[in-house]
Amino acid sequence: MAYTKRNDGRKFDETRPIEAKVGVIKRADGSAYFKIGKTIAYAAVYGPRELYPRFLKNPEGSMLRCHYNMMPFSSVGDRVRPGANRRAKEIAMVTDKSLLPVVELGNFPNSVVDVFIELPQTDAGTRCAGICAASMALADAGIPMKGMVAAVSIGRVDDKLVVDLDYSEESYEGGTVADIPMAVVSTTEEISLLQMDGEISKEQLKTAVEMAKQACSKIDKIQRDALKKKYEVKNE
Amino acid sequence: MNKQQKQHILNFLEKGIKLDGRKLEDYREIKVEKGFSENAEGSAKVTIGDTIVTAGVKLSVESPYPDTPDKGTVMINAELLPLSNPEFESGPPSIDSIELARVVDRGIRESGAIDFKKLCIKEKEKAWSILVDICPINDDGNLFDASALAVVAALLETKFPEYDGEVIDYKKKTNKALPVDKKKIPTSCTVLKIGEHFLVDPNTEEEKCVDARLTVEVEEDGTICALQKGGDNAISDKDIEKMIDIGIKKSKELRKHIG
Repeated sequence: MAYTKRNDGRKFDETRPIEAKVGVIKRADGSAYFKIGKTIAYAAVYGPRELYPRFLKNPEGSMLRCHYNMMPFSSVGDRVRPGANRRAKEIAMVTDKSLLPVVELGNFPNSVVDVFIELPQTDAGTRCAGICAASMALADAGIPMKGMVAAVSIGRVDDKLVVDLDYSEESYEGGTVADIPMAVVSTTEEISLLQMDGEISKEQLKTAVEMAKQACSKIDKIQRDALKKKYEVKNE
Repeated sequence: MNKQQKQHILNFLEKGIKLDGRKLEDYREIKVEKGFSENAEGSAKVTIGDTIVTAGVKLSVESPYPDTPDKGTVMINAELLPLSNPEFESGPPSIDSIELARVVDRGIRESGAIDFKKLCIKEKEKAWSILVDICPINDDGNLFDASALAVVAALLETKFPEYDGEVIDYKKKTNKALPVDKKKIPTSCTVLKIGEHFLVDPNTEEEKCVDARLTVEVEEDGTICALQKGGDNAISDKDIEKMIDIGIKKSKELRKHIG
């Protein structure tokens, strides 16, 4: 049985509906909200600020330190136990690497820029939603950046390549599934996150990268619009 | 908090206002959004001014404790997310998050609002377990009252998932609500004493220079079901009376938000 129609009726190259806002967490230096389908990510940026423990201090620039956390009630089924598990730590690490190519932290010696990503509701694509929110929150915090980062997951569901898998597609049982989260740097179109689980051919992977670039350029526009909106002057 | 900052706040309080110009016994605008996270069995997001707190309920079936074989359980936990306040750190729960969770837990438990016997499925074998998590998104003061309100709103919104006696189908919610008595379930009001002044709903600066605070949890008929005194200074019996009066009065106002 081939995957001819997506479970939620989307086109194969269409993301779920996206909602993006910045400045949602007043205490933070920068913050963002990114909702894609049912997946919701909040990101808050604190810093550059003093870095502890002291041995981590780098006189050549600031450290970027990302944290990823699913709220205990965020997923269908059992409660997620609080605290960073192996999965959360790995995702935090790849989030870090996906954002590092755009941030310019050389002018902030010995300090840290903390990025906290929290997910109150999840339906697949959480690391990508987290990266999108984090990129916006960094910009909102005024961290010098060479560009923005957008991320999306491209999937192979049976014989089809699809943009932005939801959970029903990720757990599709009628054929082979591959899940490829990717992050794209807006200015250079370089890829700063690339992971995959599943099986895919070399040709399909090439197409998947192209699809990610296209989808990310659309997400990039939504991110930028959200940032501009904060400074919109309302004429009454 | 240094002396000058505290004096600045005291100067305001002398004039009968808080730093943002509110009267001492006025809350900021309160909003309660139920069903904030769909994957939870119940959830709510409470906004008090710039303070945002979410709470979510997960249900599971466990074997009851040996000493209460015919009862279900409730557990309330709080994570003071470092996302919500620059002073919160990742890692094991801090004493502040433990106190917050325990005070909210105590109010709900001691009010008797939850009929734990109705949570029992089969004596000694199976009973529903209610797990509530409090996650602040932005801390601009008064996490206590915002969290208590969020937990109550989430509990009242909770619907059981389908359960066939063996497996829970979390994707299918039934229409059955938790056995919660809306009249008994408490609302919480935290009264602060700074100098000789009493106030409610502080922002984070005011919270930091508190001399004493008293959290009062009150049922609909005015019965007090939990108290927690905090702050480094002791309080007199007159203070207690005054703080409880304010607590009871204000918690009545808060009750209209639980809907």
